[in-house]
Amino acid sequence: MSTHDNSHELEARDGHAVLDRFEDPGHPEHHPRLGDLDPKANKKAERQVLFLFGISVLGTIGFVVAYFALPPGEDAESMRASNFALGAALAFALLGIGTGAIHWAKALMNDHEKSEERHLQASDAETREAAVQALKDGADDSGISRRGALKGAVVTAVALFPLTIALPLVGNIGEDWNVGKLKHTLWKKGTKLARDPSGRPIKASDVTIGSVFHVIPETLEDAEHPLDEKAKAVVLLVRLDPRDIKSEQGEGWSYDGIVAFSKICTHVGCPVALYEQQTHHLLCPCHQSTFDVSDGARVVFGPAKRPLPQLPITVDDEGYLIAQSDFHEPVGPSFWEREK
Amino acid sequence: MSTTTKAPNTTSAPTPLGRAAAGTADYLDQRTGLGVAVKTFARKIFPDHWSFLLGEIALFSFVTILISGVFLTMFFVPSMAETHYSGPWDSLNGVEMSEAFSSTLRLSFEVRGGLLMRQIHHWAALIFMASIVTHMMRVFFTGAFRKPRELNWVVGFTLLILGLLAGFSGYSLPDDVLSGNGLRITDGVIKAVPIIGSYASYFVFGGEFPGQDLIPRLFTVHVLLVPALILALIGLHLLFVVLHKHTQYPGSGRKDTNVVGFPLFPIYVAKAGGYFFTVFGVIALMAATMSINPVWNYGPYDPSPVSAGAQPDWYMLFLEGSLRLMPGGAEFVTWGGYTVSLNVIIPAMIVPGILFTLLAIYPFVEAAVTGDKREHHVLDRPRNRPFRTAFGVSLLVAFFILVLAGSNDLIATHFHLSINDITWAFRVLLFVGPWLAFVITKRICLGLQRKDRELVLHGHETGRIVRFASGEYIEVHKPLDAHERWLRVQHDNIRPLEIEPAEDARGVRRKGYQLDRMRQRISQVFYEDRVEPVTPAELAASHSHGEHDAIESHAAEPAQVGGGHHLVEPEGETTADGRNSPA
Repeated sequence: MSTHDNSHELEARDGHAVLDRFEDPGHPEHHPRLGDLDPKANKKAERQVLFLFGISVLGTIGFVVAYFALPPGEDAESMRASNFALGAALAFALLGIGTGAIHWAKALMNDHEKSEERHLQASDAETREAAVQALKDGADDSGISRRGALKGAVVTAVALFPLTIALPLVGNIGEDWNVGKLKHTLWKKGTKLARDPSGRPIKASDVTIGSVFHVIPETLEDAEHPLDEKAKAVVLLVRLDPRDIKSEQGEGWSYDGIVAFSKICTHVGCPVALYEQQTHHLLCPCHQSTFDVSDGARVVFGPAKRPLPQLPITVDDEGYLIAQSDFHEPVGPSFWEREK
Repeated sequence: MSTTTKAPNTTSAPTPLGRAAAGTADYLDQRTGLGVAVKTFARKIFPDHWSFLLGEIALFSFVTILISGVFLTMFFVPSMAETHYSGPWDSLNGVEMSEAFSSTLRLSFEVRGGLLMRQIHHWAALIFMASIVTHMMRVFFTGAFRKPRELNWVVGFTLLILGLLAGFSGYSLPDDVLSGNGLRITDGVIKAVPIIGSYASYFVFGGEFPGQDLIPRLFTVHVLLVPALILALIGLHLLFVVLHKHTQYPGSGRKDTNVVGFPLFPIYVAKAGGYFFTVFGVIALMAATMSINPVWNYGPYDPSPVSAGAQPDWYMLFLEGSLRLMPGGAEFVTWGGYTVSLNVIIPAMIVPGILFTLLAIYPFVEAAVTGDKREHHVLDRPRNRPFRTAFGVSLLVAFFILVLAGSNDLIATHFHLSINDITWAFRVLLFVGPWLAFVITKRICLGLQRKDRELVLHGHETGRIVRFASGEYIEVHKPLDAHERWLRVQHDNIRPLEIEPAEDARGVRRKGYQLDRMRQRISQVFYEDRVEPVTPAELAASHSHGEHDAIESHAAEPAQVGGGHHLVEPEGETTADGRNSPA
């Protein structure tokens, strides 16, 4: 409550110089802390700070003890114990210092607010003039304004030089740059369908109605870059009741109700791994694109546009499932030239 | 003020330690002129407020990341070379995996304190991003980005982007199946870029996905490129803070021409220093008690398996949500047979592009439509800038709807809802939510401003009821003291831009009118709806025709009291009475 700063209101009432803004009443009064008035409280705060720093020292000692006494052993239990003991001791060591220092600052250090002047960021006119003059002098000394050809030459040289670093970098970084590889997979006519990850070939008779197989080409292990090939070639195989099949992507691409689709989502390439037996829907767990396996893997929901490409399959003489050919279109996410 | 450290002979009765310190200071000063820096900075004033700590959390969690990160590099092997695991974690013994994954397992199980450091590193990264975002919210809603700090806003914005990059590149390093699927999504998004998509994918992965190069490349990005840029920009960010001096919240005695607070030494040396240990300590406690990214449960990367309910780190969820919400129909094939995946381009590039661009350019847009060229060092109370606050909240709502959409599968399983319904609900909400948030926030701001006016004009309710001889009851109101009032009336009264008319006095069309008119229209969107702060004249008027008259005159003319529902307690507020009406 102050009474000394209402001059503006008085002015207003007197009818001259009506201000449309209040005036800043100035810094509020400083409120002393308990510790500023009572030496006992002050001493108590000091003891609290001491105690907090003490906790930190104990924490560090505890850490060293835990390091030697609780090594992570052969099981998850010992690992958890070691992690907890080390972490808790470290936390005490750190929080002791942190809270101690902050408490010291808040309870014991001078808490009188101070005010400091600010100055405009811009330099004053004189400085600016001097700066401009300095640049002018420099430009004159260099003679750049008189020698136009030099200006062009230095800009051209400096602009061209980064090519020497960029060329080998960009040239090598994509390896062979053969993006055509995106359109082919390891599947060929006669490649056996094998279980992932064991690599054992699958017999048509092993596949019961409603069951799902995660499939890789049998030749995967011999590939030059198995992981790269697997990333394109993985297939999901399902056996439906042949009467449930509404459509396929190609005539005769299934075998006795067994259909095989690329497992790589046509959205952004996650493995489409969740199969719902009742609805014949395949769900991608990443972005929930949903495909109807009984209807040529048509998209029924989600952000994917295209059906999962179907792998044409049949059986060989021994009853093993084999591919009739590679996929008839690129698998996985769309890219600019995928239909070229 | 401070004593410079280069005056050893002024100390009375120096202790050996004091002499050593003075000697060192003298040595350094003679070679560096350190005294000037100490004199300038030691007692520099910084204002105090809890919300200023958000940026400090970002800084200190980054230091924590550096400390724990250096530890991790000692043991991590950034290689995709194939190996077979053998070690204490039985379920993966003999499994084929990359050196990166195998060394992550060794770090977790065999290096003492290794798991702790990994968990500290990961938790600190999540907190780093969270504190950047909340710090940015503070700066946005209080208008701390205004002149002269627009450039520092851009620096901070760049730090946010670099933080995302740092987090993403680090998350992928262990080469586990979860982060591997994240990379696969990245590959899908890169391939969707028109024309150069497949080449860009080869550029990143060194050939086909996943290739052999990615982990070493990400490692270099993660431990060298991005941290170096972040460090440099943090340096610039803080340099700007020193140059501009810190902003302060409004209050009596706090002006655009001063900075009120405590000196760097000793208050902030102790407080901020202590705060570093506190932030590090809290992160250590989290790492001790909460498991994060247990890659040994996920297994090494393999292109075939994927787990349901997989989530990226929180700061990437909005991208994931954006991808999930987009209907697939947007993909099309052009004339000539080229595929344009708008179902990926829109959610993964255009939506975040819009969000981030709006964020980056907002200070410049606001400055232009406000027509304000002054420096601002006193912060805004968010309510006093209804458009800005509402705009910020609606951006945040859009962001959080995308974050939630990124967890739509978890929402579905936890609440037993149909995932298709949830996705549809979010699709609608993404458009309706921000709009609704804007309208509601703006109304709340205007309401709070009216409340401020009400308080300034009529004072606090006291609960003291007075009955007049006439039988009328009135509640006595206690006027605000000058400090309380100042907080509620100090802000600028910003009105929409006024422009020159379209034609001059002689009826000639003015050049540049159309541009001015457009600026004015935008300015009206910003400032048309407003509640102006109370002026001294209004306060005087409210006192004279209502309350003061009431208490002064009721004895004489009780019948005229009707208009004044409040009675202001005159005690201590004004020395003069309020009988005279203002001119």
